[in-house]
Amino acid sequence: MKLKESRLSNEELIDAYKMVKEARMLDERLWQLNRIGKSTFNISGQGAEVGQVAMALAFEPKKDYFLPYYRDMAAVMVWGMNSKDILMGSLGKEDDPSSHGRQMPNHYGDKRYNIVSFSSTVTTQLPLATGVGLAMQVDKKDSIVLTATGEGSTAQGDFHEALNFAGVKKLPVVFVVENNGYAISTPNNEEFGVKKLSDRAPGYGIFGKHIDGHDFAETYLAFKEAVQHARNGEGASLIEMVVDRLTAHSSDDDQRVYRSEKEIAEMKKHDCVDIMEKQLVDEKILKESELEDIKNELANKINQATEDAEAMPNPTSDQLMTHIYEGGE
Amino acid sequence: MSEKTYLEALNLAIDEEMQRDPGVMIFGEDVGGVKGGVFGVTKGLAEKFGDERVFNTPLGESEIAGLATGLGLMGHHAIAEFQFADYILPAINQILSEATKMRYRTAGDWTAPIVMRAPYGGGVRGGFYHSQSTEKIFAGQPGLRVVTPSTVYDAKGMLKTAIRSEDPVLFYEHKKLYRSIKADISDADYTVPIDKANILQSGDDVTVIAYGMMLQYVLKATEELKDDISIEVVDLRSLYPLDKATIIEATKKTGKVLLVTEDPKEGSIMNNVSAVIAENALFDLDAPVQILAGPDSPSMPYAKDLEDAFLVNPEQVKAAIKDLAEF
Repeated sequence: MKLKESRLSNEELIDAYKMVKEARMLDERLWQLNRIGKSTFNISGQGAEVGQVAMALAFEPKKDYFLPYYRDMAAVMVWGMNSKDILMGSLGKEDDPSSHGRQMPNHYGDKRYNIVSFSSTVTTQLPLATGVGLAMQVDKKDSIVLTATGEGSTAQGDFHEALNFAGVKKLPVVFVVENNGYAISTPNNEEFGVKKLSDRAPGYGIFGKHIDGHDFAETYLAFKEAVQHARNGEGASLIEMVVDRLTAHSSDDDQRVYRSEKEIAEMKKHDCVDIMEKQLVDEKILKESELEDIKNELANKINQATEDAEAMPNPTSDQLMTHIYEGGE
Repeated sequence: MSEKTYLEALNLAIDEEMQRDPGVMIFGEDVGGVKGGVFGVTKGLAEKFGDERVFNTPLGESEIAGLATGLGLMGHHAIAEFQFADYILPAINQILSEATKMRYRTAGDWTAPIVMRAPYGGGVRGGFYHSQSTEKIFAGQPGLRVVTPSTVYDAKGMLKTAIRSEDPVLFYEHKKLYRSIKADISDADYTVPIDKANILQSGDDVTVIAYGMMLQYVLKATEELKDDISIEVVDLRSLYPLDKATIIEATKKTGKVLLVTEDPKEGSIMNNVSAVIAENALFDLDAPVQILAGPDSPSMPYAKDLEDAFLVNPEQVKAAIKDLAEF
């Protein structure tokens, strides 16, 4: 679909693109920091940024709750986190809003923006999201809940238990599965037998939709529909968003071991960021030169954020035994 | 004052806390509606507080734990019921990876102020999967509190404290005690600490530390031996973290310690208590620490003779106290 079919204004589309591009460039910076030994880990969402930004824009970030997973950098940035926040996480800084230097990088959370802390035990965030959703329902709040996970998680028991409960209670929760084709090295055909993961939605009595996360407008409109369901009290949704994983699973993996050169090259030919840039130019929303200006502007921004983050204090060893129980600050 | 069973005291605690705090909710398998739980702990609560605050969940323990944690993140002091402590196993990932670590992993930004109740213990002909003491699985998990009341008074007071706590609390209830013990307890809005062991009786010859059904056996033996042996009885209350100060003090007082648990000995909570004593009070001991425990067999069998053979009984407790006094 054309970008304009999202019915967003040109200004809104340009802002969306800036978030996409910033997430891409920031992730490239995180890889650099990893490769020069300043951080010990990175796990990326490269290949999912367009889908994530379109998804997040369908919500009311900060008012709605978000329980992300580790590839959701672009989405948490729409929700309110900035480059410095994310860099502080990678560098293990005291002011890292996700965990104050306690968790590995990319385990996003930020109390200020209603982003709930994520663990590494993929899928456990889904039952938590039902609890947050039930609280919204019981407390008669207008906020709704988005929770994201990869397709690997759809094999977990928590996936079934959470969706089943959300169906029973008609919870205002949107579940998104970002299907990037692989759970580390295990391909889709070894992960599930169903053709589309969204086909599971009727099994839980909830709304389901399968979308291409490279298509900004399609993604945005699908999430708008799911958001409408949630706000109208019509219950939960399961959205399968097909994305790519342009990088290895993480900085400790090498996908060339289990994916062919040809497959990787084909994937890189339809990089979601390139597609969006082409659309912006074709639809005369931005000129090539303006894309270049944005890139330069973002490069400066990320350089500054890196400098700022690096200058922040590290947690000190006396913090090891704090915040274990109530009153233990 | 009014006479209550252990079960009625728990029901009263939930009732009072739900009146006090409109954010308190309780749920689990068969917890809502007119049934009010397979043991009846939540009986009458749905009628009184409505189906939104007291409700049934589908049969899925991981969801029950995750639901409670999610509600806790939003400030609800949620109470989750696991139908039996044996069925808590599918929820371990949720309990240990999410609820237990939430405060620490966010340096206090997010917390899970929830209670997870679990009926445990044997002696009810419940066979393998309705008799186990699974509390030891959760001992040694900083961030989580594992507690159990062993008297009617504590059943009400400790549950009220657990509900008000800002920490995740695993609240073990001995199912054999539900209807087998009664006491006159205060009608007042009282609470009991969940992080302190309780000296139930002061004595000079032997210290006995126990909880649950075993504590009732200890109290019985203490009464029967009162003319001959002066016994210090300690109700552990907090199974994790341990109230080390009280354990050490009670050990030093008599120099002879008997630990009683119905759980298989190796790996039991009492092993941890024993380690605290060995590390801190070895030179105050006049006899080796004695642990009277269940056998190291996988679970409690159904057949009556086998169940009886598994369980520590009052006579064994009495004999162990006498042996230690004579050491």
